[in-house]
Amino acid sequence: MLNSGINVLFEGINMQRLLMGLLVTARVAVFSIIIGCTLGTIIGVIRTSKSKIIKMVFRIYLELFRIIPILVWLFVFYFVLPADFNINLDAEIVSIIVFSLWGAAEMSDIVRGALISLPKHQVESGKAIGLNTIQLYWYILIPQSLKRTLPSAINLATRMIKTTALLVMIGVIEVVKVGQQIIEHANLKNPTASFWVYGFIFFLYFIMCYPLSKLSQRLERKWAS
Amino acid sequence: MSEATPLLQVKKLVKKYNNKTILNGIDLTVDKGKVIVILGPSGCGKSTLLRCLNGLEDIQDGSILFAGQELIDPKVSWQKIRQQIGMVFQSYDLFPNMTVLENVLLGPIKVQKRDRAEALAQARELLQRVDLADRENDYPRQLSGGQKQRIAIVRALCMNPEIMLFDEVTASLDPEMVREVLNVILQLASQGMTMVIVTHEMNFARSVADEIIFLDNGNICEAGHPEDFFNNPQTDRAKQFLNILQF
Repeated sequence: MLNSGINVLFEGINMQRLLMGLLVTARVAVFSIIIGCTLGTIIGVIRTSKSKIIKMVFRIYLELFRIIPILVWLFVFYFVLPADFNINLDAEIVSIIVFSLWGAAEMSDIVRGALISLPKHQVESGKAIGLNTIQLYWYILIPQSLKRTLPSAINLATRMIKTTALLVMIGVIEVVKVGQQIIEHANLKNPTASFWVYGFIFFLYFIMCYPLSKLSQRLERKWAS
Repeated sequence: MSEATPLLQVKKLVKKYNNKTILNGIDLTVDKGKVIVILGPSGCGKSTLLRCLNGLEDIQDGSILFAGQELIDPKVSWQKIRQQIGMVFQSYDLFPNMTVLENVLLGPIKVQKRDRAEALAQARELLQRVDLADRENDYPRQLSGGQKQRIAIVRALCMNPEIMLFDEVTASLDPEMVREVLNVILQLASQGMTMVIVTHEMNFARSVADEIIFLDNGNICEAGHPEDFFNNPQTDRAKQFLNILQF
């Protein structure tokens, strides 16, 4: 271990910096997941509306986020908005906005899918006891579909966490960026620095995402019956 | 309500899906306390007729009067009307995310805004009546088909409806569970509940009905007293139908 280069992680305040970077990653991810899932659930409910116009508007919204890479969206919000509309936003705020919009778009499709997969008779027997539309969704349809959305929603959350690695490109100092800085600084003296730093970042992503992915597997098995 | 006004009156009801006519000018009168049983081959429109009575299907022509009030009117709130028209479906349609008691109390408390204690007392009494008082905290998945269907009946009854609609409620039950559900309906009939029943159980139809309506191809072919209908059907179509059933 003596000259393996692992000491790059512990030199000076490197470890502290990496963990602070992780905190930025986690902060963007957590806010985006919370906002995205809440907004997505609401949009998902709206998308079960019979109105063709409403359906089409949200369909276009979803497709825009599926077709256009998230990186491009980050650039649009970070570089185009200030230049053309004179709106200056902090890079981290831009990240949260873009990720929330993306999360909401994907989540809305998950929620909509779960809602329309519920048996039609649930709607009819709800109506038959006089429930109005809001009561129908609130007491019957949303609670039942939540169960079906959870595994996919958790999957989406892990995707969002991993995609925060793109934030480097608009200058957010998150964990990957911190890693790059440490490597640049140490590379001359320590040729294996990149191995250890990226290895450590790999490990950090793993401990954020693995429990989530395990949880979704367990829920899927538990609710399969 | 005066004696003369029927509880439910259907006049020249026409229902079309796209251009296919499902119901072709149905006239039907249901007096208070009477039990009407609708019979007919599959696809004759019996279930559709029942669903029209509860506003689950829109109709293309004709009118439906409930206690003298015209229901085919954009100003009428089906939500209000449905509280007085109980309906039980073929599929066991309890809400799986709620316990038996929550299923039964949802309508009375959230829709009718009744006092919880009072609704609870009624729910427990009704559950007692269908022999399921001990299952109030179970979830639907823990119950058999027959038990679920009895709970579904209780759920509709707990709204204190004026009339009950039963849409082939025993059709997807195992044979040994049919009886327990039919007994509940017979019990209701003896208590004077007004009912419109769609069923394939001929013996049950015969014993519960005050009037049999025989539907074929969207038309009422024959209507009359059950004994007359079963012993002496007038139309060929009805004779044919009854013959097939005497296997």
